[in-house]
Amino acid sequence: MGVEGIGASVVRKEDKRFITGKGRYVDDVKLLGMTHAHFIRSPHPHAKVKSIDASAALKMPGVVAVLNGKELVDDKVGNLICGWMIHSKDGSPMKMGAWPAMAPETVRFVGQAVAVVIAETKNLARDAAEAVVVDYEELKAVADVKAAIAPGAPQLHPEAPGNQVYDWALGDEAAVKDAFAKAANMVTMELTNNRLVPNAMEPRAAIADYDAAEEHFTLYTTSQNPHVARLVLSAFYNIAPEHKLRVIAPDVGGGFGSKIYIYPEEMVALWASKKIGRPVKWTGDRTESFLTDAHGRDHITKAEMAFDKDNRITGLRVKTYANFGGYMSLFSSSVPTYLYATLLSGQYTIPAIYAEVMGVYTNTTPVDAYRGAGRPEASYLLERMLETAARQLKVDPAELRKKNFITQFPHQTPVIMAYDAGDFNASLDAAMKAIDYAGFAGRKAKAKAEGKLRGIGVSCYIEACGIAPSKAVGSLGAGVGLWESAEVRVNPVGTIEVLTGSHSHGQGHETAFAQLVADRLGISINQIQIVHGDTDKVQFGMGTYGSRSAAVGLTAILKAMEKVEAKAKKIAAHQLEASEADIVIEGGEFKVTGTDKKIALPMVALAAYTAHNLPDGMEPGLKESAFYDPSNFTFPAGAYICELEVDPSTGKTSFVNFVAADDFGRLINPMIVEGQVHGGLAQGIGQALLEHALYDGNGQPVTASFMDYTMPRADDLPSFKLSHTTTLCPGNPLGVKGCGEAGAIGSSAAVINAITDAIGNNALEMPATPDRVWHAIHGA
Amino acid sequence: MSQVQLTVNGKQAAVEVEDRTLLVHLLRDHLNLTGTHVGCDTSQCGACVVHIDGRAVKSCTVLAGQAAGSNVTTIEGIARGDELHPMQAAFRDNHGLQCGFCTPGMIMSAIDIVNRHGGMLDEATVRHELEGNICRCTGYHNIVKAVLDAAGRMKVAQAAE
Repeated sequence: MGVEGIGASVVRKEDKRFITGKGRYVDDVKLLGMTHAHFIRSPHPHAKVKSIDASAALKMPGVVAVLNGKELVDDKVGNLICGWMIHSKDGSPMKMGAWPAMAPETVRFVGQAVAVVIAETKNLARDAAEAVVVDYEELKAVADVKAAIAPGAPQLHPEAPGNQVYDWALGDEAAVKDAFAKAANMVTMELTNNRLVPNAMEPRAAIADYDAAEEHFTLYTTSQNPHVARLVLSAFYNIAPEHKLRVIAPDVGGGFGSKIYIYPEEMVALWASKKIGRPVKWTGDRTESFLTDAHGRDHITKAEMAFDKDNRITGLRVKTYANFGGYMSLFSSSVPTYLYATLLSGQYTIPAIYAEVMGVYTNTTPVDAYRGAGRPEASYLLERMLETAARQLKVDPAELRKKNFITQFPHQTPVIMAYDAGDFNASLDAAMKAIDYAGFAGRKAKAKAEGKLRGIGVSCYIEACGIAPSKAVGSLGAGVGLWESAEVRVNPVGTIEVLTGSHSHGQGHETAFAQLVADRLGISINQIQIVHGDTDKVQFGMGTYGSRSAAVGLTAILKAMEKVEAKAKKIAAHQLEASEADIVIEGGEFKVTGTDKKIALPMVALAAYTAHNLPDGMEPGLKESAFYDPSNFTFPAGAYICELEVDPSTGKTSFVNFVAADDFGRLINPMIVEGQVHGGLAQGIGQALLEHALYDGNGQPVTASFMDYTMPRADDLPSFKLSHTTTLCPGNPLGVKGCGEAGAIGSSAAVINAITDAIGNNALEMPATPDRVWHAIHGA
Repeated sequence: MSQVQLTVNGKQAAVEVEDRTLLVHLLRDHLNLTGTHVGCDTSQCGACVVHIDGRAVKSCTVLAGQAAGSNVTTIEGIARGDELHPMQAAFRDNHGLQCGFCTPGMIMSAIDIVNRHGGMLDEATVRHELEGNICRCTGYHNIVKAVLDAAGRMKVAQAAE
């Protein structure tokens, strides 16, 4: 490795603009003649829209237009789609109701847009929105998933009787039944995985600009995947054909899944821009984020685990109810099915698994993938089960895990996934050593003497990342392929532009991706520019989510680099009158091995473009592209251990130590990897202790601002102790696995296991607020 | 509409704004200083923190008119040419940022924290003092490191002056 190559903790190239206030986010963009949109949103969780009277608003100064859902449907703007088909146990396709970008007739969650005011300024649009009179007929609403499937519940969509989207299953029911019949011991738990709001710090925003002469749209949007946005807007929403739609996702202020989806506001801005003939800008406020960004998690699960007399797991049975909210968001259907039940084997040899998942409509904000997406739910379930089982069986929780670890690879689980590599003992041992697991009993006793309840909790997670391969996801119902593309352009003076279909919204691609190129050519990362986020520049891409950018996106760059290097070597060999096989690339130079003959990269590039002296038949230029589709998912895994103290008089939890030992395969930039882990841990700990998107019994959200929804703050969290163990991923040439979601997947169970250990009561749900913990200690 | 006269990053400005205009919107919409961000609308997240007469203030909580006659410093005004402020450099060197959206407010708050506490900063104090700034990316781990690092750098810089 060079100082800027693979494995080096290089400080980020992109930071200069962010620390000097020169980042360029969507809301920073101003276009000539730009108007401002403000959406009128339903205050009711379920209602008929009887009439919308905009006459007073239209008379107000500065108001350009007031548009509603009926006009949108009349103009044949398509309904929002769900892009992953799931079939129920009985073979029937999932049952979905229509989701128009603005509701023409019925609203099904608080915050659903019914109309939009477009005015000269944002304030004028807000003022005019106050003057629009919407007459609603309120309908009975239901927010709770169990209530929604009960007889007599309010029905959301006629297409989905009983509010059931699907009733899906995976695994061998008979084998699991048999395992339980023969079990020496069983553990049963009912668990809630609390609903979360992603809350990227940058609220969503969109600017749509229609050029009537060219019949061309430009959309600036806060997207994790601008090409997917263009594809969906073109193919399903009838906005414009792809060659007449440019989507730009500039600097994007965090995503965590919530910016994967194509939301109603982008669709309306595009449609409205054409209607009024001027650019339309919409920037959400934080309450709009709470009401309309896709939420995460929200499962209710009953899980049973069977053990033989030697404490080996013999079976797992899971029944989960997944709350989808009022509509099916873009990838929502896949989250509690193929991203959840397929990970229910965890790090363990479990011969028989059967999972049933019922997807349910409720009058709440739609739910979709949020950091981890299905895998945190699976990991939380398993790791609480293992910890509870250890207590019930009176064995050490770490030892019970080790006894059941998968140790041979590849390993085919009973729930589709084939793990390719791993060393689960290594990561658990590393974490136990880091936290001095052996010395815990002494520390617990000492804390007890001081009136504190000390607990330790283990969580061993595995996830499936680098989401791809296209064939596999296609066979499971995905509507898209999940490869990635890249293009490497060597300019005539030897500088390099790398165009990638991955999108960086905090992940540091501009540095980490440049490190690969720097490593291969022996040049500085300052000679390399990573270009992303613009469909006019990058030909295609599937974007960034599911910890896929290193395993899939970076490998695509590697494949394009290999082609560039092959051609450059041919040119160098020709220039140096040497054999191509003798050319090596070192320090930015092409050298003939065993001689002092060499030619620098800029001279090779220049030769490629002057084309005065190229090998016979060679095309001029030095630019190559590649599409990369991996052969398997990647399987990052690791062990987290949390040690904490609970104050029995207040129920307040204080961290003593939090250690993480992750196996991400090869690390490109360890500094960036650790940053990803820190952020993921914070989100998992936030779920465990603080965060909960709550609705009252009628479907009114009660946590729709940072005043009500508890975001983790600096003094809620500890400093983390991280370490890495390494098994290279055999599925891609770089051996990388992905690190973006691990922290969020593995940490919440570690925290809850530590608290329940401290208080000696397993009945504790997330978020474990002081109030809940106090009640769990003292009863009542 | 009223005219607000103030000094922003050392330059005099006179801006015609609606009376209800917040300082953050004066900065972003009228002076094109888009480094100051709006993240929450309820004075919780701190993405909009600037300095008014040397003190950290959430600019979404101040009417533009209230800032009349004052000296406002934004994230765009703390570097000296190409020389980064020690806090900016510490955020970069410690990987104290990811998506960058909360970063300007974090840096402006952090400078104020160091100024108020001088060399007496420890991790617990930094964490407590950062309660008005929310970051969703970093888990604060590297932000805390950056602030402690910068505290040392700022002390050295002050001593040199």
